[in-house]
Amino acid sequence: MNRIDKKLREEGKLLSIYFTAGFPNLNDTADIIIKLQESGVDMIEIGLPFSDPLADGPTIQDSSMSAINNGMNTDILFNQLKDIRDKVSIPLIIMGYFNPILQYGVEKFCKKCNEIGIDGLIIPDLPIDYYLENYKSIFEKNKLYNMFLIAPQTSDDRIRKIDSISKGFIYMVSSSSITGSKNSFSSEQINYFERIEKMNLHTPRIIGFGVGNKETFNVTVNYSKGAIIGSAFIKNLHENGVDSIDSFIKSIR
Amino acid sequence: MKYTVDKKGFYGNYGGAFVPEMLFPNLDELEKNYNEIINDPSFQEDYNKLLKDYVGRPTPLYFAERMSEKYKCKIYFKREDLCHTGAHKINNTVGQILLAKRLGKKRIIAETGAGQHGVATATVCALAGIECVIYMGAVDIKRQAPNVARMKMLGASIVAAESGSKTLKDATNEAIRDWINNPITTHYIIGSVVGPHPYPDMVAKFQSIVSEEIKSQLYEKEGTESPDYLIANIGGGSNAAGLYYHYLEDEKVKIISVEAAGEGVKSGKSAATSVLGKTGIIHGSKTLLMQTKDGQIIEPYSISAGLDYPGVGPLHAHLLESKRADFMSITDSDAMLAGLEVSKLEGIIPAIETAHAFAAFKYLDFKPNEIIVVNFSGRGDKDLNTYIDYFNL
Repeated sequence: MNRIDKKLREEGKLLSIYFTAGFPNLNDTADIIIKLQESGVDMIEIGLPFSDPLADGPTIQDSSMSAINNGMNTDILFNQLKDIRDKVSIPLIIMGYFNPILQYGVEKFCKKCNEIGIDGLIIPDLPIDYYLENYKSIFEKNKLYNMFLIAPQTSDDRIRKIDSISKGFIYMVSSSSITGSKNSFSSEQINYFERIEKMNLHTPRIIGFGVGNKETFNVTVNYSKGAIIGSAFIKNLHENGVDSIDSFIKSIR
Repeated sequence: MKYTVDKKGFYGNYGGAFVPEMLFPNLDELEKNYNEIINDPSFQEDYNKLLKDYVGRPTPLYFAERMSEKYKCKIYFKREDLCHTGAHKINNTVGQILLAKRLGKKRIIAETGAGQHGVATATVCALAGIECVIYMGAVDIKRQAPNVARMKMLGASIVAAESGSKTLKDATNEAIRDWINNPITTHYIIGSVVGPHPYPDMVAKFQSIVSEEIKSQLYEKEGTESPDYLIANIGGGSNAAGLYYHYLEDEKVKIISVEAAGEGVKSGKSAATSVLGKTGIIHGSKTLLMQTKDGQIIEPYSISAGLDYPGVGPLHAHLLESKRADFMSITDSDAMLAGLEVSKLEGIIPAIETAHAFAAFKYLDFKPNEIIVVNFSGRGDKDLNTYIDYFNL
């Protein structure tokens, strides 16, 4: 069974962390992943940096630019991860924009992920229909889940469609916004969380964007299986370094 | 129709809408409505009225006698430089502002590099009484002070894009991010035939008035609707798309797209996408773009701010791949000399973008009876400082 499914079946709410690979230092990747597992995180999104991240706010933009300037690229990332499964058992997902993956070669990329033990990918700018037509079989052959996003303006019909083709979880974007925008939720957002919960989807939902502290984490997990923290984690990493990971995670739950 | 967009938003292998899910509803709304709105007779009436009374169309098709003598062929200029605001850009913004009103949008955003599209957008927002926010790279704001002032006079707010290289590519990223944050109230007026479907097709349709007018104007002068060659400069490719539009399926009409080589194709300071580009994704479109082997987008360079875009519109990538269009790369120095030559031969100072198209003539051989139509895409007033510095005028 895919590690993501296994984790989703466990009792309790999940805390997932996104970080940009290659930030703050090029070779921090494995260290960050190991420390996250040690501190009790349930799942990790490893960000493959891109020069033009359309859905991201300043924090992830800056960390991506630093990572690229540090020399991070797809080959280096795979090399840093090649022995990661000796030490890490929680689900590992690579999250990145489509162009770097396209340049590496989608098939070669997926094959590498499978060899390393990556469980899934999140590619925000890869359209669903394009994926289904061109890449679904490649993902399946390499035992990779492709997780899709939904957002407040996504129509019910489209959410149903996404639910019917989803594996693992649905990445539920908390608001009409780029990453890292807010650190509290409006009543409009809570209405949206409730509306989606009432749809009784087959696929579990994990909420991300705008989740960054204990309060927002606790609110989101009332309406979902878990939450993803990205910008707030990266900000802490930037300010307090890799050794502060455990205390940051403990401040969330 | 080999050169029009297909149902999925592709021109051959290029195009599509590679955007995060948050933008899907915005694009879906546009996609479902834009053709119907554009084809509505009352929209056409409003649009054509503004093109005539406000933009100043039709623009002349001018026989350039002294240029023709020099290059031993028949050269016509399509005078888009005579449009209100000084370039073809306003054909598109007039169309999109009318569309935005019909979609019930209350706020307009746009990106701009040199400021020409920003000015054209601020202009139509003033005309329509709609709030206007222009994203412009922090570096470009410093370089293009007169256009920043124009936009402010027209009532637009200017937001500096501080991310990445702080130029056009980043201004476009910031405009897209704004649209993610304001999906319901806001319409995004993209300035070229770039971005996710349906933008490349929509902008091409609004620019197609250029070739529509040429057909009847050329018939009047030459007894034929079809020239032998069309020549346009190309950054994202909107003036080129307008010039080619009604001739794309008429393959007797040859097409030459002139891009900016900057300091030379191999100099490391260039915007020659047809040579240096590889297929990839930029601003939601699959097209040719300049990028590293890792897929990071490279900042291009040209002396002309309107041509330093790291990609080309997907239509143009398709025209190149299918060999419907020939591409040429023209250096800064060739373009500047051509700008001076056209000024002296014809008494019209071209924008440096436009000057690139004229620089192509010294590398091409035409027969004396061949008819060449060049899109005179913009006037040179905005570039006066660059001309002054370059030639010590």
